[in-house]
Amino acid sequence: MPARPLSPHLSVYRFAYTMSLSILHRATGIALSAGLLMLACWLMAAAAGPEAYARVTAALAHGPFQVVLAAWLVAFVYHFGAGIRHIFWDFGYGFEKPQARASGRWLVIAVVLVSVGLLYLFFCPTGVRP
Amino acid sequence: MSGANVTRGLRRGSARNGVHHWLALHRVSAFALVPLSVWFVCSLLSMGGFGYAAVVAWLSSPWQAVLACLFVAASAWHSKLGVQVIIEDYVHGHGLKLFAITASQFVHVLVAAGGLFAVLKIAFGAH
Repeated sequence: MPARPLSPHLSVYRFAYTMSLSILHRATGIALSAGLLMLACWLMAAAAGPEAYARVTAALAHGPFQVVLAAWLVAFVYHFGAGIRHIFWDFGYGFEKPQARASGRWLVIAVVLVSVGLLYLFFCPTGVRP
Repeated sequence: MSGANVTRGLRRGSARNGVHHWLALHRVSAFALVPLSVWFVCSLLSMGGFGYAAVVAWLSSPWQAVLACLFVAASAWHSKLGVQVIIEDYVHGHGLKLFAITASQFVHVLVAAGGLFAVLKIAFGAH
């Protein structure tokens, strides 16, 4: 380890809610990495044939797994929205403190609305879920 | 500025390859994943359920299969780089860090290979 301070130096800052958004971006990213593993397993099951696919989807239909799938959906929406915010920052837009706070608020509002909409479409009894 | 100071900076940490990592790899996959993610969610919604026949019908369309391959590849690439950044930030100790990054890379290659092979097998097998 180099003998110099290494990022992220979380403990030296006064807490602001925009920080929790940044941490959440990393946390949802990690969650989605696990989700990608699941996606690959789902595709492999489909490639293996109808019986294997039926076994995997039967397992995914259980309550706890449905909660995990719903959490992945919300994580996906959050990481997508926060990622777009990061892309604007990368091009130098919206980096001033008031702008960053405002975009953070809009991000939370948009994520809640889109998540509720998608959760309804994917998980409501008359939705696309089998 | 003396040469000694420059090389001292260059030999330490992310000053060596941070910009390369940012520009060439992580953000490019982020750009690609914006439309691909929208396409992926729309595809899942329009499949008409997650039955076996619906998945096969979805991936039997050539463009859908190509986009699915791109989505899997871009996601795996983006995920690999993101996990690496987090390991670099939070895993301390050189050996453990190297081990974690290598293990993550193996898993990501496995995920990418599995996902791509599965999509192609379904796409080529369905007629």
